[in-house]
Amino acid sequence: MVDYITILIYALISIVVFAVLLSTVAVLTLAERRISAFMQDRLGPNRVGPWGLLQPVADGIKFIMKEDVIPLEVNRFLYILAPLMTIIPAMLAFAVVPFGHDLFLRGRVINLQVANFDIGILYIFAIAAMGIFGIIIGGWASNNKYSLLGGLRSASQFISYEIAMSLAVIGILMVYGSLRLNDIAQYQGSLWFGFIPKWGILVQPLGFIIFIVSVYAETNRVPFDLPEAEAELVGGYHTEYSSMKFAFFFMGEYANMITASALIATLYFGGWQVPYLHNIGFIFPKLGIFHLQQWLVALIEILSFAIKVGFFLFLFLWIRWTLPRFRFDQLTDLGWKVLIPLALLNIVVTGALMMLRII
Amino acid sequence: MAVVDERFMDLNMGPQHPSTHGVLRLLIKTDGEVVSRVTPYIGYLHRALEKIAERLTYPQFTPFTDRLDYLASMNCNLAYALTVEKLLNIEIPRRAQILRVIMAELNRISSHLIAFGSLSSDMGAFTPFLFGIREREFINDLFEMVCGARLTYNYIRIGGVAQDIPDGFIDKTKEFLDYFPPKIKEYNDLLSYNAIFIKRLANIAVISPEDALDYGVTGPNLRASGIKWDLRREEPYLMYNELDFDIPVGRGEMGRVGDAWDRYMMRIYEMEQSAKIVRQCIDMFQQGDHIAKVPKVLKVPAGEVYVRAENPRGELGFYLISDGSTKPYRLKIRAPSFANLSIVPKLSGGVMIADLVAIIGSLDIILPEIDR
Repeated sequence: MVDYITILIYALISIVVFAVLLSTVAVLTLAERRISAFMQDRLGPNRVGPWGLLQPVADGIKFIMKEDVIPLEVNRFLYILAPLMTIIPAMLAFAVVPFGHDLFLRGRVINLQVANFDIGILYIFAIAAMGIFGIIIGGWASNNKYSLLGGLRSASQFISYEIAMSLAVIGILMVYGSLRLNDIAQYQGSLWFGFIPKWGILVQPLGFIIFIVSVYAETNRVPFDLPEAEAELVGGYHTEYSSMKFAFFFMGEYANMITASALIATLYFGGWQVPYLHNIGFIFPKLGIFHLQQWLVALIEILSFAIKVGFFLFLFLWIRWTLPRFRFDQLTDLGWKVLIPLALLNIVVTGALMMLRII
Repeated sequence: MAVVDERFMDLNMGPQHPSTHGVLRLLIKTDGEVVSRVTPYIGYLHRALEKIAERLTYPQFTPFTDRLDYLASMNCNLAYALTVEKLLNIEIPRRAQILRVIMAELNRISSHLIAFGSLSSDMGAFTPFLFGIREREFINDLFEMVCGARLTYNYIRIGGVAQDIPDGFIDKTKEFLDYFPPKIKEYNDLLSYNAIFIKRLANIAVISPEDALDYGVTGPNLRASGIKWDLRREEPYLMYNELDFDIPVGRGEMGRVGDAWDRYMMRIYEMEQSAKIVRQCIDMFQQGDHIAKVPKVLKVPAGEVYVRAENPRGELGFYLISDGSTKPYRLKIRAPSFANLSIVPKLSGGVMIADLVAIIGSLDIILPEIDR
């Protein structure tokens, strides 16, 4: 029998996740401007609404009202397709990220995530790889040399860092033994020596560093924002885009940042885990149990997840406004000559430590 | 029909481009990311300033010198005033000299702040640029106090300066001198010694001392190549021979002598020295006239003269021929950025597009004085 109520619940979850994701993108555009302004001794946008909170709305209206220029000599089909190919995968990738314990509702098990795939991480890699096509196609279709260079940079950057990122994650897979993000988050609640939570950062410190560097490269953020390096390539792949098409690229970049932050949090910082919090309440070793209602536990976990993601988003912005940018060859050098060997080393070391039953 | 070489792509960088520092157009032949040849095209800002000079009286031309190097208007005013004064052969009051040095050095700081900031934003770090702007704002306020203008000052006139300083200027300048040196440390922490920044600039576009001399490169770019040549020391004008300051030269701290990082660092060091000079000048202050007695209708004795002064971007020279009337017979301007730009094609064979940006940024050219 088809369980309509479960379907309804998941439909509800997906709508909520989609809405939250989109509004986080909006808030993030404002946060980026306010935080950069704070770092640079400026005020930033503070005119629209209280503390400038309505600025994203004003920006949205501006983008929609602007003239949508399609240059003459472009490949129209690909030109229009490219922004969509950037934003849709960026939104889809978030689907497998869990943000809380399973809930038990009248005999039903509800995962607090849109889709609990067996192939969670592979799904994210596959979808993220789709996103990069948007940039490459956009760069090609624009019929602009700067855009073309931006697209090419993006392609080679993606190839260089995708490998390092995947190899870094293999360490995590070995330790936790699952591709399901929910399982990975779950296992990070277990304790080491009875009191240290087995978070990814502690089990895989090197893997974490490789992963976070690669993720920055994957999302085209400083110091790896070469595809759109404004000092060299004007606007890079989105030089020729205007109006909502530009906004789609922009939103895609921010959505990617959110997914990346969520991934960092899930793989290396316990995801929704709060140390010692289980689905019946806090269990402190040697101190006893502190019972909590199921819904309260879920709320704490969602909050914990949001705080972690928020912190990594802030880290993205912080680095964006602090560091200069790499040169193209230095970037690929770093990817191929440093990160990939290190990632391989990480796998070997992880394997050895697992043989010795340390992790 | 010309045969198109399909191995290379022609890329027009500019005239409107974020990092050409004005309306410079670089025609780049690229093989993907690698640049094989660069040809600068200039003249987009040509205003025939030298010809205009022949139709104006001597004092009337001073505001036009503001528009040469608009980031260092004081220094341009100063060089022009020195040129005319040399033909006039008049004595400049002591107070005016001190004021001129203060303004020139403050303007050198503000100009180097822009050089520092724009190079950093070319390298992808936008925050240091705004830090530079923040400190420059302070200097702009000081200049606004003395002459009311924040960019084109027209303050240093033939014979002295336009007007005496207002009350409170000395205190505000002292305040700036206390405020500014710690900021330099902040710049170094944030940018100068940043690993990525060093990687981007060290060993890039090395100018050898011979090349520097051959191409007529001057200013911080010449000193970065290890040649200790500063007109303030070699041909002292005003009262620079009484002042104690060092002339930093490139030592190749992060790579080879004369690389882009050295050129960048020269500006940082020179800002420290300029602050030191201003401090000394404030201690030397004395009462007196701010301008010498210059006749209302200025007739300059016939003759030829070439006077040069150390601008933030190098040697700014005015070659003036006077026929004894109220207007110059001919005024030739030797702009430092023009010579500095001329070395770009030599430096940029085989570099990457991103390096080209670093080359332009580290040479710190400014277009209005190139195009004149």
